Amino acid sequence: MSAKSLFEKVWQEHVVVPETDDHPAVLYIDLHLTHEVTSPQAFSTLRERGLKVRRTDLTLATMDHSTPTVPVRSFRDLQIVAEPQAAKQIVALEDNCREFGVTLHGFDSEHRGIVHIIGPELGVTQPGKTIVCGDSHTSTHGAFGALAFGIGSTEVGHIMATQCLLQRKPKTFAVNFEGSLPRGVTAKDMILALIGRIGVDGGVGHVLEYRGSAIHGLDMEQRMTICNMSIEAGARAGMIAPDDTTFEYLKGRPMAPQGAAWEQALARWRSLPSDPGARFDREVTLDVSALKPMVTYGTNPGMVVAVDEPIPDRSDSNFRKALDYMGVTAGKPLAGHPVDIVFLGSCTNSRISDLQQAADVLRGKHIADNVRMLVVPGSQKIKLEAERLGLDRIFVEAGAEWRESGCSMCLGMNGDTVPSGQLSVSTSNRNFEGRQGKGARTVLASPATAAASALAGAVADPRPYLAN
Amino acid sequence: MEPITVIRSRTVVMPFDDIDTDQIVPARFLTTTTRDGLGEAAFADWRYDAQGAPKPDFVLNDESAQDCQVLVAGKNFGCGSSREHAPWALLDYGFRAVISTEIADIFRSNSLKNGLLPVVVDADTHRWLIDNPGAKVEVDLEALELRLPDGRNITFDIDRFSRYCLLNGIDQLGFLLQQEDRISAFEKSRPWQP
Ligand code: SF4
Repeated sequence: MSAKSLFEKVWQEHVVVPETDDHPAVLYIDLHLTHEVTSPQAFSTLRERGLKVRRTDLTLATMDHSTPTVPVRSFRDLQIVAEPQAAKQIVALEDNCREFGVTLHGFDSEHRGIVHIIGPELGVTQPGKTIVCGDSHTSTHGAFGALAFGIGSTEVGHIMATQCLLQRKPKTFAVNFEGSLPRGVTAKDMILALIGRIGVDGGVGHVLEYRGSAIHGLDMEQRMTICNMSIEAGARAGMIAPDDTTFEYLKGRPMAPQGAAWEQALARWRSLPSDPGARFDREVTLDVSALKPMVTYGTNPGMVVAVDEPIPDRSDSNFRKALDYMGVTAGKPLAGHPVDIVFLGSCTNSRISDLQQAADVLRGKHIADNVRMLVVPGSQKIKLEAERLGLDRIFVEAGAEWRESGCSMCLGMNGDTVPSGQLSVSTSNRNFEGRQGKGARTVLASPATAAASALAGAVADPRPYLAN
Repeated sequence: MEPITVIRSRTVVMPFDDIDTDQIVPARFLTTTTRDGLGEAAFADWRYDAQGAPKPDFVLNDESAQDCQVLVAGKNFGCGSSREHAPWALLDYGFRAVISTEIADIFRSNSLKNGLLPVVVDADTHRWLIDNPGAKVEVDLEALELRLPDGRNITFDIDRFSRYCLLNGIDQLGFLLQQEDRISAFEKSRPWQP
């Protein structure tokens, strides 16, 4: 038997009907996560065609994208704080889930949060599963050795009706991160450096597998940060082989297997990592030992540079247009560039260790007068945990706003936006033009860099701010 | 869905690489619960200024761009989010094909489900199209040919299954629903999964 990669093992185990020239493979999906923005049209399709949600037990809904991050305890509150269209969308999700029997973590659930945060948190994200969601950052769940990718609303309908998708088998791409991370440098800097290296289309048509000593040494939260941004490199999915760190994280979570089932699951999961000698269609290796905190300077995540190094110079019109939009200068480092807003949140960096990273920088200090800082935990669970640890007090005393969970400023469709022309250092994943609001300028960075920038009132290297 | 055979149109050219789905349809328009009416949102932030007036220097506001059904764009078109609102907006605006040297995976998949043709061509053909905005082209789905006004026929590829569905105006869900027996058998073969 030939050596197989992690991806190939998971793929093969889920093929219901093999692909031919005439049709793609029918691929079985173990978990479908859904939210208010990309599901209404799919529910309509079911209704129009008289179909049911085939496996409500493999379907889980939450509200995050257009959901406000100010306290909402009832639908009455919602009508007051949300824009009418957004409120309508949230009510539609509630109605659809009730009608079709789908479990929804809504306003009354302690498990509500960003869809890619709550899957792992509940322990329903597991090694070897196929996981989809009408959202491109579904790649996050690949950190557990799942094959997880984003789909459009038509495919959301396919999944609901049949629990399957039509898929052509993608190619594989091994990404080796070697070495040990310097102090103050994080998983976010690793993934930004990779995207800078292979480009925003470097992974098109491929599933990435992140490997190597630097990956092995990361905790689950940091691994999720890496897999989360696979899509920013053009790859639909990114995976990391499950190991003891993975199992330790999952053990005892509400939806993880328990008792004898746990032991059986472990045996299956341990067979998932790529076999020695498994072949990949492409391979790249990055040494992280000399990596620095990274920041984006342009309008896609591939336009990235170390915080203290000069922004490169290129003469092509794409590049010029991006620098003009951002109001930054080629040849100068981004460090020192004035900042209006700092956003700590999103499915990339809103877990407890991300908040801790930022709190370590902010503890006992105050953010610059001209800066607005928003801290948005990824889930209600994280919010409670942060409050138990007193992190909320560190943020509030530093002058930041402490919010309810949600996507918030990551995409500017829930009331939290960056005003036109203002520059935000954000821990999210996309610095596209207008991503955080019309005319908004976004610099992507790690939580530590974001916090340091809030203190300095300008893009800042976090390393000097970290106590020994 | 209407069957698609040949699209005949002049082209609109947006020579930028990496045009992402947030440009194609900004997030604030995603609060809709239907598929229609998104044409107004297509490229909204490039089309309109803060007061909502058309920006004169943007190509879609040019007289010559009116009624064009074929969009020519730089590489990695449609990167970013999985929002199917992107092809919905382009179709509602009036586009029926996008030509580039590279089209992002999820956007391509979404486009094929809705009858927006993602056409990938070689760099030379692309260069010619970029340099000749407004060229009258034919995109032939049956023959998998892009016909240029200078008489050149460029072949392109579209997944056989998607092409069959588009030529016949049928959606892909029907095929999946027909697999019900095999799906049930598959589920029974995996006792460890609920
Ligand atoms: S936090 Fe941002 S990237 Fe993540 S799911 Fe929400 S909108 Fe998408």
